[in-house]
Amino acid sequence: MTIPLTWYLILSAALFAIGLFGVLARRNAIAILIGVELMLNAVNVNILAFWRYIRPDDPSGQVFAIIVLTVAAAEAAVGLALFISIYRTRRSINVDHLDALKG
Amino acid sequence: MNLSSLNWNSLLPELVIVATSLIVLITAVVGKVSRVDRIARGHALAVVTLIGLLIAAGLTIMQLSQPASDFMGMVQSDALSHYLNLVILLAAALAVLLAWDYLGRFTYSFSEFYSLLLLAVAGMMFLGKSTELITLFVSLEILSISLYILTGFNRHQLASAEASLKYFLLGAFASGFIVYGAALLYGDTGSTWFSDIAANASGGFLTLAGFALLLVGFAFKIAAVPFHMWTPDAYQGAPTPVTAFMSVGTKAAALVALFRVLQSAVSAPYETWAWALAILSLLTMTVGNVAALRQTSIKRLLAYSSIAQAGYMLIGLVAGTVLGLQAMLFYLFAYAFMNIGAFACASLLESDDWSELQDASMANARGLFSRQPLLATALAIFMFSLAGIPPLAGFFGKLYLFDAAIDAGWLWLALVAVINSVISAYYYMRVVVVMFMEAPDESTRVRLPIPDSAILAIVIAVLGALLLGILAGPSFASLGQAVVAWRF
Repeated sequence: MTIPLTWYLILSAALFAIGLFGVLARRNAIAILIGVELMLNAVNVNILAFWRYIRPDDPSGQVFAIIVLTVAAAEAAVGLALFISIYRTRRSINVDHLDALKG
Repeated sequence: MNLSSLNWNSLLPELVIVATSLIVLITAVVGKVSRVDRIARGHALAVVTLIGLLIAAGLTIMQLSQPASDFMGMVQSDALSHYLNLVILLAAALAVLLAWDYLGRFTYSFSEFYSLLLLAVAGMMFLGKSTELITLFVSLEILSISLYILTGFNRHQLASAEASLKYFLLGAFASGFIVYGAALLYGDTGSTWFSDIAANASGGFLTLAGFALLLVGFAFKIAAVPFHMWTPDAYQGAPTPVTAFMSVGTKAAALVALFRVLQSAVSAPYETWAWALAILSLLTMTVGNVAALRQTSIKRLLAYSSIAQAGYMLIGLVAGTVLGLQAMLFYLFAYAFMNIGAFACASLLESDDWSELQDASMANARGLFSRQPLLATALAIFMFSLAGIPPLAGFFGKLYLFDAAIDAGWLWLALVAVINSVISAYYYMRVVVVMFMEAPDESTRVRLPIPDSAILAIVIAVLGALLLGILAGPSFASLGQAVVAWRF
């Protein structure tokens, strides 16, 4: 018995929605970053499912997934460095406490 | 696959920029130098960066009449991408001139700065050329990640770090939407090439959702309302040369990439998406202009103004005709001159105290005319141009855009845009009034002596804003000849 493509797509959409909720609802910058990572990985599930079911002969789906992973890693590296830099001066990375710029 | 069959020549400008970026980066780890020498080394690196940008611009101009599709159709060099390259390289060169003196005030990490700036330039140039979803995504991320770091470059200043964090979180969020949209389009058509997507799209839910998510992601990058929340904070907090560069470069590259997606990847009639763009454009210019009315910081005012300007430029996409594209490109050139010029003047009004947030507040410009008549006149020219007052470049840019909209049957959008221009004149003129009509007092602050590099940048920007206005007809026509050659 094979799992139909739709199941993967539903899983991916659900993961994406959970990540989206995390970004919108959490106030800690690291939790928000986790939400973003969840969104990107949901997309990876999606891409790989599409690759396996629609174009298993063509490697561009796999390449796409690897590139998304790489970009997610680069983003995490830059993001965490930023959080550390802010934590050193503010002793907090709660985004609600960052209100110097407004208007 | 044969490497020599990839036609590397058409990517020469981009390769030159990437090579320059790596050369500049390597100098960070070569040898130890004293503090005094570091500034000199920073200037040398700025010169290397400028040379790289000039070579890339020269190569772009040489290729101007040679459209080519390369790397198995992943990138497309044509009039559109060549003119975009010129706008981006111009913006970067002016930003380097601004950074020349500015950077030394808060950091010695010159090689990292110029290297990241060049990488962002390369990302933007690739973005404008990409005709394939993976290429598009990678170039978008190269430019975004470089800009997150550049925004927070003044990391000991809270505003800069905060701006960077906000830009990063929302930018990464937007990337999620873009890549999800790309995945859905891939699933719908089994290909990531724009031409295949246009040919095989089912027109069903997957196609629609894919393009809608891509549009949301691009709207974030262009800073279109309602996806603009990060813009004022990021633009105000970032070091001013970075703000000047990214306000022009990111918008230009993202607008051109969006145009390419809509023209070559969408098989549905253009009108289907033109409506969504028209609403985006309407919201963007109105919200940007209304929010700019009550700003007291010149930098933040310019940030909201740049949101409104993005709304005007979207009109070119709404029209979607040769005339619309031509008008958008013309406006991008005009915008590069006047907006970077305005930020250049604003950078001179900042105080040296990094703990202050309102570092280019309106009060700093009070009575500027009696203290620094030339600087005040230059800033006034940029403000007039942004407001769209003849005979400056901004006026003709708007004229061509509105004309293209009417020509394509979007009369109401052109009318809304005209009303918006009137609203915007109020806050642009307020800056001029503060400089010319009010008497200077203790809050008036100009950074003296004004560095030569900043003067050079401002002079170039003034000349650009004036000449593009005076020679609007011929330059618009020459843009047209190149653009018409582009397939529609």
